[in-house]
Amino acid sequence: MIATRDNLTDLRPHSFAAPRLDTTRPEDLIGNTPLLRLDRAAAAFALSTRVTLLAKAEWVNPGGSVKDRAARHIIHEAERRGLLRPGMTLLDATSGNTGIAYAMLGAARGYRVKLAVPENVSPERLAILRAYGAELVLTDPLDGSDGAILEARRIAAADPTVYYADQYNNPANWQAHYLTTAEEIWRQTDGTISHFVAGLGTSGTFTGVTRRLRELNSAVACVSAQPDSPFNGLEGWKHMATAIVPGIYDAALADGNVTVRTEEAHAMARFLARHEGILVGVSAAAAVVAALSVARELDEGVVVTVLPDSGYKYLSERFWLE
Amino acid sequence: MTTIRIPTPLRPYTGGNSAVAVSGATVGEALADLTRLHPQLRPHLYDGEELRSFVNVYLNKEDVRGLQGAQTAVAAADTLMIIPSIAGG
Ligand SMILES: Cc1ncc(COP(=O)(O)O)c(C=O)c1O
Repeated sequence: MIATRDNLTDLRPHSFAAPRLDTTRPEDLIGNTPLLRLDRAAAAFALSTRVTLLAKAEWVNPGGSVKDRAARHIIHEAERRGLLRPGMTLLDATSGNTGIAYAMLGAARGYRVKLAVPENVSPERLAILRAYGAELVLTDPLDGSDGAILEARRIAAADPTVYYADQYNNPANWQAHYLTTAEEIWRQTDGTISHFVAGLGTSGTFTGVTRRLRELNSAVACVSAQPDSPFNGLEGWKHMATAIVPGIYDAALADGNVTVRTEEAHAMARFLARHEGILVGVSAAAAVVAALSVARELDEGVVVTVLPDSGYKYLSERFWLE
Repeated sequence: MTTIRIPTPLRPYTGGNSAVAVSGATVGEALADLTRLHPQLRPHLYDGEELRSFVNVYLNKEDVRGLQGAQTAVAAADTLMIIPSIAGG
């Protein structure tokens, strides 16, 4: 009905009592991400028709990546233990996504956030971190993420007013996935998941999901994925043999390991954008390459992987144009 | 000679060196000299004759792709850097 002078009163609220607000904090939007079917990829790579390929759309998280889950749990645990208190600064080393998550949550909860980040972090990530007001310490690009880790350790040792979250060694990182990601996958597949495949960065996603899925069904096969070489373009993944190995990483956990070449991931990112209508980041595309290599060997099964972020932060990369 | 700074993940292929002095008048020639001196680097940097698409080369802090790419002229006082991508976290 169009409001005119005659019927305007009809549109007025009947009561001016304080309304009951149905509100949500940004952190309440973390998790419960959709599980997507990748049917076009399954068909293009000639999977058995009895194999289903599924992937968690983690860019739906408010900070735009899977790392929101870890950052939220790390902050909650630090608060609960009294390690992170009002007035303190949260510090960590990050390649970008964890930093974005900390910056978002820190802003909402009133903490300053200080991040050691390699100077060659993509311009898109830098812009997002600055927009949330994070303080950045840029480290030598030649030293990669390990240089940022060493810088964060130096800052933490020198300044007792910071809480060093240390995602690489903080069990709250993997526990976030044990408590949320794994439970969601179990529920969304109605307990039918047969294989879980994820890339390793800090290893939080793989470690937490694997530990919980194994409790729910010890027959679920869990496969971790890494770059094929220490020098690679799979941003977000780690080549464990040549990097500072995260304390939370347990090499004995995986039933199998696969490696992915950067060019395969780039081709998959283009395929997913152009044939599934899914624009994902490089590590997400690499995860799909890894999941397909596992799925190809199966006659039947439900293979689940994780798409850590969308392609928006990688649009300045050249491979999209190939 | 031009200096090429080597990122940590590639140092196993340069005998642990973090910088290598090379000759050549262009970025392309300098990189060719680098992989001639340290052949183990080649498969990490090149796909056939092409530099792999994720390999970023900087001349005095500028991406050479924004200059003249492999044709960009280099002088003895210049420093080239091969920049790795950023690992997880
Ligand atoms: C884009 C991207 N992919 C993958 C990962 C790896 O996830 P995890 O640290 O849980 O192993 C990260 C972690 O930072 C990431 O940012």
